[in-house]
Amino acid sequence: MSAVNQGTEDLPLLQVSNTTKLYGGRIGCKDVSFDLYPGEVLAIVGESGSGKTTLLNCLATRLTPTSGSVSYRNRMDQMRNLYEMSEAERRMLMRTDWGFVHQHPADGLRMTVSAGANVGERLMAVGARNYGNIRDTATDWLGRVEIAEDRIDDDPRAFSGGMRQRLQIARNLVTSPRLIFMDEPTGGLDVSVQARLLDLLRGLVADLGLSVIIVTHDLAVARLLSHRILVMRHGHVIESGLTDQVLDDPQQSYTQLLVSSILQP
Amino acid sequence: MTQTAKTQDISSQHYNFAYLDEQTKRMIRRAILKGIAVPGYQVPFAAREMPMPYGWGTGGVQVTAAVIGKQDCLKMIDQGSDDTTNAVALRTFFVKTTGVETTTKTKEASIIQTRHRIPEEALTENQVLVYQVPIPEPLRFLEPRETETRKMHALEEYGLMHVKLYEDIAKYGHIATAYAYPVMVQDRYVMDPSPTPKFDNPKMDQMEALQLFGAGREKRIYAIPPHTKVVSLDFEDHPFEVNQFEEPCAICGAEGAYLDEVILDDHGKRMFVCSDSDFCEDRRAAGHVGHLGTNPLEAEGND
Amino acid sequence: MYVAVKGGEKAIRNAHKLMARDRRGDTKVPSVSLKQLSEQLYLSVSRVMAEGSLYDAELAALGIKQSRGDLIEAAFLMRAYRTTLPRFGYSQPIDTARMLIRRRISATYKDLPGGQLLGPTFDYTQRLLDFKLAADAEVPSPETQTFEKTEVVPRVTDLLNDEGLIEVDEAPAPDTPVGDLTREPLTFPAARDLRLQNLARGDEGFLLALGYSTQRGFGRTHPFAGEIRLGEVELDFFMEELGFEVPLGTMTVSECQMINQFKGSATAPPQFTRGYGLVPGQGERKVMAMALVDRSLRAHELGEEIDSPTQDQEFVLSHSDNVQATGFVEHLKLPHYVDFQSELELIRKVRKEWQEKQDAAGQELLGEAAQ
Repeated sequence: MSAVNQGTEDLPLLQVSNTTKLYGGRIGCKDVSFDLYPGEVLAIVGESGSGKTTLLNCLATRLTPTSGSVSYRNRMDQMRNLYEMSEAERRMLMRTDWGFVHQHPADGLRMTVSAGANVGERLMAVGARNYGNIRDTATDWLGRVEIAEDRIDDDPRAFSGGMRQRLQIARNLVTSPRLIFMDEPTGGLDVSVQARLLDLLRGLVADLGLSVIIVTHDLAVARLLSHRILVMRHGHVIESGLTDQVLDDPQQSYTQLLVSSILQP
Repeated sequence: MTQTAKTQDISSQHYNFAYLDEQTKRMIRRAILKGIAVPGYQVPFAAREMPMPYGWGTGGVQVTAAVIGKQDCLKMIDQGSDDTTNAVALRTFFVKTTGVETTTKTKEASIIQTRHRIPEEALTENQVLVYQVPIPEPLRFLEPRETETRKMHALEEYGLMHVKLYEDIAKYGHIATAYAYPVMVQDRYVMDPSPTPKFDNPKMDQMEALQLFGAGREKRIYAIPPHTKVVSLDFEDHPFEVNQFEEPCAICGAEGAYLDEVILDDHGKRMFVCSDSDFCEDRRAAGHVGHLGTNPLEAEGND
Repeated sequence: MYVAVKGGEKAIRNAHKLMARDRRGDTKVPSVSLKQLSEQLYLSVSRVMAEGSLYDAELAALGIKQSRGDLIEAAFLMRAYRTTLPRFGYSQPIDTARMLIRRRISATYKDLPGGQLLGPTFDYTQRLLDFKLAADAEVPSPETQTFEKTEVVPRVTDLLNDEGLIEVDEAPAPDTPVGDLTREPLTFPAARDLRLQNLARGDEGFLLALGYSTQRGFGRTHPFAGEIRLGEVELDFFMEELGFEVPLGTMTVSECQMINQFKGSATAPPQFTRGYGLVPGQGERKVMAMALVDRSLRAHELGEEIDSPTQDQEFVLSHSDNVQATGFVEHLKLPHYVDFQSELELIRKVRKEWQEKQDAAGQELLGEAAQ
């Protein structure tokens, strides 16, 4: 880490306070607060309908919260409330400093343009105008997510589910973002494909020092990737802490139930 | 070649000068002024129903009608030529409704309305070039939604445009856009130059004449004021380049002009001749001759 | 002159003469009069009035005659004429409850105040070609009843409204401006006033297909034909100078109120919702289709999932206008050889490079084989 960054290393990257999303009278998520630090991986777990995806979307500005605030420390080291930023600033953030990995790769990729262009798009969006350099960077990133170089001109429709997901990850990481949101990134993949993807993710997150907020219903994924964990039920965070602690010694009966329902290896 | 002002057609007595009522002209002029103030920005305007079909020049006609005055001299071209059918029809419309002088001489015209070409001869600050535009949105074929494309322009999110160019190079080795080649106007708005061949793009940059664009069906007007920077999109290592023709014009010998390919028989015999008919005539009048000497089609009485 | 399309002026003149001759047809056959058309082809006239956005049966008949019966071309002629007319102002809203009714049916009630009135309709006719009609047989006179001009026939939706079963269709505040898409360009999202205007002048065939698609499951809305009515309404105009309304005359309109199911939401109890269609003249198929499409386009405000073409207002409203559509489709007839030349040049170049690459690869293979 450079000297400039040292001062802010122990300050939070994202500060979430009392974030609430109501759908009419129904609770999406309620009064969620936490801080996320640089390099930290936070897992949000819970059953479907627990509000974890609603929360993720509120954090990633894909959904406007009913109340509460979400602040992000930008590269100029200013803490900014996301919902007080202009749309232009938010969209800029989303395509440079952030990434969003969708459960279904088709939601995060352009399915009709080549793998190379999928990876290169963000570079071009921030002004890259040298075809050769863009292509080299794309080739490099395909390599890092274990996609053969000669597939660079194929479009993702010709890719397997696992490859598509790896391509989506490369597309997100190419601008060296600092914060990645992931929504069930391994959902819908075969177990062996899942394991390979998790391995890859774990390596990339560590190498790049990424901060990650990952939503998953799979506690094994949370254990493998995350440092900290939030357990959600009916829109509320009912338990949180270090991942190993929470999973080894769950305090809430609901968390105990979740943990005990995992198949032991 | 200048036609003297004819007496206005009988039907013109039922219609205002240049067909549109003055209120409508003012509305269109406001849109034009806004367009000039924000070069390359597409200004929505309440295009009127015109007595020619949508897609046949209603936008250009409304722009011309809004700026034309009795003292103007109008040149009307389509595909570079004054005598193509739709150019004739639109010229007749203005002769009927305004009685202004018309000309085929680029130099003499104060307003030139065009479809698909920019005249070869450099235009001057006393001239207005009006383009007929079918689809004004350069992002339309990448993103069909107006709500989304307007946002992309507002936020200058043009990454997708280069994705398209990247794909062309990856697939064909070239940027495979031959006409309606997108440009960046004054470092701000990506703009569709209308379906002119990319050959004409460099003429738009720093042009002395005012360039106005009218899209009737899509109800948009945009403009490039004189002396405005217009840059064709490209990559540093795949720079924009114009079409090159391997031979000069067959009848006037012009090099560096845009040529039409004319098929002469069914055995693959063809010739290349200037698309800008006025330019070609001028050169021949000045004594230039191409390798076919005289025009073979003319000799057959095809005039 | 060297270009094939040159000599345009003369060619155009001659083509138009030829067209005029063909339009007249065999001169031994009498020319059809505008009155004959507006009396005997009233449904065509209605369609041209609706899609041409101009209520004038005689002009519509002229358009049909001039266009040789091409109704889209006739609507185009009406539009081009309409745009040159001076605009005095906007009439007061018409009140279809006060319509002098010629036809009024409801599919939702067996009987209702005002009664069912079958009126002039093709419904329940045998679709057999009528050779007596070909022979111009005499037309039997129908029985008629007199109708009190002042009688108000309540709309079915008003009856449901009394019970709170259908969403309230609140009248806007008196001075709310109504959009006019012939004066302001359409932008998205468009409010319902503009959407309805767009649909009222939209192509009948396009709306029919879209409405039909919702019935087949592409954005289902569970419609009931609450009421369809046809008749004459009074048109009033408020004179600023006089300070009161003056009647301008009557016009024929067709109206359809669709009643659609709605499951309710967190903020609203389950209630029927509305789809509305209205056109000048007699256009029953059009108003029914329009009402289906109107209801589908309300998906967003009703919080419904938008996953079908008919619910997508940008798709529907941008493509409904047949005068626009026909112009742009048919503009492909115009010369495009400058663009085509540009493409020709490019494709030749790309093909040449492709061939060179193939040849080079072939040489390499040969070389390897030789080794």
